[in-house]
Order: sequence, then structure tokens, then C-alpha cells
Amino acid sequence: MTVDVLAPARDRETTTATTPGAARDTFPKLLLEHARVRPVRPANREKDYGIWQSWSWAEVAAEVGALACGLAALGFRRGDKLAIIGDNRPRLYWAIAATQSLGGVPVPIYQDSIAEEMAFVLDHAEVRFAVAEDQEQVDKLAEIKARCPLLERVIFSDPRGMRHYGQPWLESYANVQQRGREFAGNDPGFFRGEIAKGRGSDTAIILYTSGTTGQPKGVVLTFDNIISCATTAIAFEGLTDREEVLAYLPMAWIGEHIFSYVQAYCAGFCASCPESQATVMLDLRELGPTYFFAPPRIFESILTQVMIRMEDAGWMKRRLFHFFVDFARRVGPKLLDRERVPVAHRILYRLGELMVYGPLKNTLGFSRIRVAYTAGEAIGPDLFIFYRSLGINLKQLYGMTESSVFLCIQRNGAVKPDTAGGPIEGVEIRIAEDGEVLFKSPGAFQCYYKNPEATAAAKRPDGWVHTGDSGFFDADGQLKILDRARDVGRLRGGALFVPKFIENKLKFFPYIKEAVVFGDGRDFVTAFVNIDLEAVGDWAERRNLAYASYQELASEQAVYDLVQGCIDRVNQDLAAEPTLSPSQIRRFLILHKELDADDGELTRTRKVRRRIIAERYEPLVEALYSGNATGRIATEITFEDGRRGEMRAELAIRDVETDLPATQPPPFKKAG
Amino acid sequence: MQKQIGEPILTADRITLAFGGVTALNGISFEIRRHEILAMIGPNGAGKTSMLNVINGFYHPQGGTITWKGQIRRRMRPYHAAAQGIARTFQNVALFKGMTTLDNIMTGRLLQMRRNFLWQAIHFGPAEQEELAHRARVERIIDFLEIQAIRKTLVGQLPYGLQKRVELGRALAMEPELLLLDEPMAGMNVEEKEDMCRFILDVNDEFGTTIALIEHDMSVVMDISDRVVVLDYGRKIADGPPDKVRTDPEVIAAYLGEA
Repeated sequence: MTVDVLAPARDRETTTATTPGAARDTFPKLLLEHARVRPVRPANREKDYGIWQSWSWAEVAAEVGALACGLAALGFRRGDKLAIIGDNRPRLYWAIAATQSLGGVPVPIYQDSIAEEMAFVLDHAEVRFAVAEDQEQVDKLAEIKARCPLLERVIFSDPRGMRHYGQPWLESYANVQQRGREFAGNDPGFFRGEIAKGRGSDTAIILYTSGTTGQPKGVVLTFDNIISCATTAIAFEGLTDREEVLAYLPMAWIGEHIFSYVQAYCAGFCASCPESQATVMLDLRELGPTYFFAPPRIFESILTQVMIRMEDAGWMKRRLFHFFVDFARRVGPKLLDRERVPVAHRILYRLGELMVYGPLKNTLGFSRIRVAYTAGEAIGPDLFIFYRSLGINLKQLYGMTESSVFLCIQRNGAVKPDTAGGPIEGVEIRIAEDGEVLFKSPGAFQCYYKNPEATAAAKRPDGWVHTGDSGFFDADGQLKILDRARDVGRLRGGALFVPKFIENKLKFFPYIKEAVVFGDGRDFVTAFVNIDLEAVGDWAERRNLAYASYQELASEQAVYDLVQGCIDRVNQDLAAEPTLSPSQIRRFLILHKELDADDGELTRTRKVRRRIIAERYEPLVEALYSGNATGRIATEITFEDGRRGEMRAELAIRDVETDLPATQPPPFKKAG
Repeated sequence: MQKQIGEPILTADRITLAFGGVTALNGISFEIRRHEILAMIGPNGAGKTSMLNVINGFYHPQGGTITWKGQIRRRMRPYHAAAQGIARTFQNVALFKGMTTLDNIMTGRLLQMRRNFLWQAIHFGPAEQEELAHRARVERIIDFLEIQAIRKTLVGQLPYGLQKRVELGRALAMEPELLLLDEPMAGMNVEEKEDMCRFILDVNDEFGTTIALIEHDMSVVMDISDRVVVLDYGRKIADGPPDKVRTDPEVIAAYLGEA
């Protein structure tokens, strides 16, 4: 590059960064600091053409500068919104930093959104500029451009297939950066000058929460909000600039934003982007992150894959594996919590590390993990203990977009499978009389963008933010989350009904991917089940059970038997707790299709939209409560490209016995 | 934007091919023009695959001539055709099942490797440089076909649709001027077909490769090809743009069936 976009600002008046704290109050300022302090340390990596390509902090600062100047040349003004749509790519992360440098607001959008959902966000956030990853995203934008009159320009990163696109509002990322370099040639101090104008109290980002009800809401967060929370968490875990993270979750999700952008900028570590969504597991293994974050479903699918593959191994390996894994379950978590363990057990654990745990962690890419988090949903205790028993420091945290994530984190040495830990420094948590969790935190969001009613409902004048989650503190002062407060109901007999608690118990079985239970205001509890195609498919294969499609597999009587076995076990668990005993599942059916975000049945972060499902499948719900042996349904489905079709099915309904005598559960869930 | 279809790159003139008493091709003439996508259709046994085999030198016609880029071709072997810039894929996937995707596609570069096997064996200096350059080319193809996730997977373990894609990758690794595809979409589901269509159009567009393909799925043929040649029992019965061929009475009678 010939032009230095990082030249110091000409106008000394604008560079007010005199105190050290002020120099670190926005991400662009942090970027400049890293470019000065650790210019050659890697800031981003991306696997491309089979090789990890890296960019140092100095290079990233130059790239961000070129893009920011290019945007300015295109007429980007302070306060403008820029949408970011695509998979995790360094260029898209740079677009966030470039927007923030110019005093604009980045608005990341879920990359798998269909055009309609995208149109809502673009329109609501008044987006003028968009950076799209590739042709696929540009096509979606082109489709809705007419309905979003404010959207002026779309910048695309990957030129593949774009040669014949002649629209005047389209421009390539490289072109915009070239414009930026020319622009910086005429006004060398511009970039630094604009960054210096930024304040910690400015809006850093608007993140649209997928929302289990209604339209998404735009959560407005300032730099102060995010940076204070992220810095506290960095200090809590002792993270350094040598951490390695894999940036692989949707960029529009707060979790991804905090772990791969915010904390990377705050601590100065490197965020690496996988080659594609399909290669995440391979890239994870190559990278070997030291700091890792995943929602429970990812840990679940990793374990399912391990178990399926172990079933295919020779008997020696299989015996060895099960012996050591069972042993680790008893000893591993204690070792991780530095409790007293007999010497003989320590030696045997070492042997296991050599023969099983070490190689397994290496295969999964978990060898170097110092801290791993899971959040977003409850994690199955078996699953949680499995990872901890291998010596992986997996912990739970509690937080949400509205709190800049961090509210509670489990402290090293005080990790329990069913809680979310205690509040971190600066955070206050109170349980309201009706059981709702309330918080005060420096990370508390400003408002829902252009939605004062929703803001007023969540942020009360007394300063407490209402989370909508229902929970309580256990004897050790750790927070335990039960369910969304409004989903907690009562059976007709008056017994407490906590749907998510039951659903999670079902989902902890590898064969069950998703479950929705009904019971509020009813006589008894019933359930819809989605089977896990991979795990049940493998199970069917071992039994020579032929099937052509998901629908066919889901309707097999043998599969019903399999699921019934899982439900029996859940019922035994429920029967053991007097308050939950009436919530045992009496009838269930296996749905003929997988619940899908494209059909609006799940949110983009894969949470069940209970009300929509209850409405759409009403005939099936009625059939569950009618005593019929089958239920009929016709559903509309949306294909990946937005086309629609109809699916008709007649589903079998099973009755389940309740109050079975308890049996000892097997030590680990095994696939197959 | 209208694409530019150029002069004939390959001309088949009165090709006749017989196996004993069976006449597979009977005086067939047509041309393949630079940068077009030409589809050959016809009922089973019409001689489509035989025609492809004649074009890439696997069969030698008893009568007629093939003109490749202005030169009348003499008797030759398939590897001559390959060296001259004609690559193909097969009706039944013909990959090295025990090798990875990457290695399979690398074999497509063999003809371009200049160092002899002694250099290759010591794998040092120029040979290593050469391999790096070829690997870079191959990685671009892997990226283009979006098969990064199976780069190191043995081809034998892949589902059929992906094997077809790897085979296309190997053909592309030869950087052909003319690409012959023998039923590229046979046995695929709708989604895989759509993907494959996109790749074929992209290859044609991005690399300017001329493509001649055999396909049975009429909607595919009518969608992606610039011109269609219809064969029936070794004879050519139609030749023209898809819309014209579709309404040709003789084609309807022979192949498409009465509506």
C-alpha cells in the first residue's frame, strides 16, 4: 500500500486522547493501540485455499482504515447504520471496526435469514449501507432493495459470480478500500481524527434479538456497556493477548460478538475464522483454541459424533474407551476442582490421559483449552460432566444481549452442572417476588431501538432490568435458571408446569433433537418430539432398518419404542420430585418434519417458538388430548430458497405409562 | 448480459462408427462453438457416449473427420486429447477411491508437471516449487467447487453427489478448453442437481470453458444449454437452440414423447 491511512490527525485539537482510560474507550481506539503496542502479533486469521492466512494488528488497522475512508468517500456520515451480512470473515469484522471508526453503528444480521426477515431489520434500523459476504447475500438484498428505500449501497466482499451484476448501488469491498486509500491520500489525518471523536458513551452496535415472540427487537449497546463487561470477564478468567479463539457462531449473535470481537479487541488476542461452515470441526482441531464458547447443542453434537464413531471402533478400543471415560467421570471433575484424590486414582487418571483423554481432546481440538463456556440454554448434566471429566475446564455462564452477556459466571473450583454461577463484579442480581430474575449492571442495554414500550417494560425506573427468566439462588449463592417466566404455567390440577425443564431433560438424550411439551391449563402433559437424524439414523442402520427420509424414519414403530424408552426415564426422574411428579408425560408423538427457523418455528439461535408451534400444529395438540390413536396435519414448509410447499401427514400417538419404578440410569448415554 | 459465442472449436464431419454389425454413429456432423454449452440428448443407445468417446480419442471412427481448433485430427490416444485441452468426466464415477479428494484433483495436474520422475522422487528445489504452484491451482478449484470440507477425505467414503463434484474438479484441474460431461447429474437429488447446474454455468462463465454434456434431465438441458443436438439410433435428428428443439416434431416423436 502506498498511502498511509493511519497517518496522525492533522488537527491536534481533535486528538483528545490524553488520559490512558480515554484511549481505550472505543474499539477503534483499542485497534490503534494494538497496532502500536503489538503491531506484528496476529489479530485475525482465516483459512483460505487450505492455508491459515493471517493479518497482524498493524495490517488490520490499515485494512480497517482503508475501508473506513472508502465509506467516508461514499458519503457515510456519523450516526449512519451499516448492516453486515455473512459468515464469519475477517473482512466483515473489519467492517464493524470501520463503521465504529466513523461514528456509525454496525447492525449485523443473521446470515441465514430469509429476505423477509432481512427486510424488517434493514427497514427498522434505517440502514443506509450494507456489507454482504457474497452473491447469495447480494441476491437477497437485491430482492428486497425496492422495499428498503433508505438502503443506498451494498458492498460485497467475495466477487465470485458477481461479474454480470451491473447495479449502480453495488460495489466491491476491494474497490471501496481503493477509494479509501485515495481519499486518505488527500486527507491523511482523517481516519485518526474520526476515531478520536468517538466516546465511550456512543452507541457501539445494535443487535437484533431473534425473539421467541413477535418481531425482533434491536438492542442498543454503548462502548461503555460492552467494554466494561468484557474487561471484567477478562480479568475474572485471567485472559491474555495470547489466547486463540475460533470465530464460528453467527456474527449477529451477542455471544459471538463478545467472544470474537469485543474480547479480542479488549485483550489483544487473535480471532480465527474457519474456511466454511462445513469445516468448523476440522479447523477447530487445527487451531486448538485456548478459549472456547459454544451453545450446549454444539457440545451435544460433538459428543454424539464421538459416541457414534466409538461404536464403529474395534472391541479393544471400545472397552478401553468406556472404562477410562467411566473412570474419568468419577475422578476427573474432582481433579479439575483441585479436590483431594487418592494417589492410585491420580496415577490411573494419568494413564487414561495418555491413552484416551489426551488423544480424544487432540482429535476434537480441545487440547489447549484453558476456559470453555456454554450458555444460552441449559446443558445436560451428563454432557457437562463428560467434558469436565476429560480435564476440559467447561463452565456455564448466564447472560443475554440486554446485559452485554456477562451477568453470572461459574468460578474455577465452584462449578456445578445445574447452575450458572454467581454474579460477576459490578453486577447485582435480585429475584422478584414472582420468581423473575432482575439485574443491575454496567452492561445493561440503553434501549430497544425505536421501541419505547418494550424498553419501558424491561428497564424499570428503579434501575432494575427485567430479564423475563424465572430462577432462584441455591444454597451456595449460585443462580439457577428454570425457564422463561411467562412459559411457566400450571396444570389444571394446580401443579407447577415448567416446560423447558422437561424439554431439556428430553433433549439430553442423543436421539432427541428437539422437544416441545404442552400442559398449561390442561389435565396432563404431552410432548412433540423431533428425533436426531444422525443419531437415530445410525441406530437404525445398526438394526438394518431401511428408511428413505426423515419422515419415514420418524414414523417407524421401532423409533417410537426408542423414544418411549427416553420418555420413561424422564418420567422416572420427574416422579422422584413431588412438585414435578404431576408433569410426567402421558402421551407423545414424533413430528413428521424437523422444526425449522425458516418456517418461524425456531429462532435463529434455535430456540423453540412455543406459541407459533402450538398454533401451527393445533390439530395435533388436540389429537394428543383427544384420546385418538393418530393425528392428521397439513403444514406449509419453506424451502431454503424461500419457495413454499405443503406437507401432509398422519402421525401415530403413543400413550406412556407414568409412575414407573425407578431404575439405575446407565453411566453414560451411548449412541447406538 | 449476452455471452459471446465464438467460432467452432471442434467440428465433427460425417462421423461413422460401427462395432461389428452395429452402427453406433451414422454420418453425424455437428460443431461445438467456443464458449457455448452444448447438450447432446437422445434415447438410450442413441450413440451419445460413443460420440463423446470419439471426441476424446477413445474410439476411432471408421469414417469422417474431427477438426480440433482448425486441424484435422489423425489417429490418437485419449491422453493426446487431454494434452490438447479436452477433459471429461464419466457416466459412472471413475475416481481413485482410495485417494483423498485433494490427491484425486492433483492427478488432473499430472500432464502439466514438467519435471521428470527423478526430480519428483527427490522432491526438492524445482520439483517442490512446481508442486506448490500446482497445489495452489488445485486449491482454487476446491474453493470454486466448495468442497473444502472433504479435502482430506477418501473419495470412496463420499456420497455419490460429491464424488461427481470431485470428478468435475479433476477435469477442471487440467484447465481444459473443452470439457465433456457424461451425465453429470445422473443419480442426484434435486438439490445436488441445482448445485451442479450452478457449477457448470459458473465454469462456463468464469473460466470461459466450452462445455459439451450429455444429460437426460430435460429441464436441466433446456435451462442451461445454449444449443441442443438430438441423436436417435446413430443419426442426428435435430440441432438448434433449446426452444426450437423442444417443438421439433421429430424430436417429440423420438424422445420427448407425445404431449
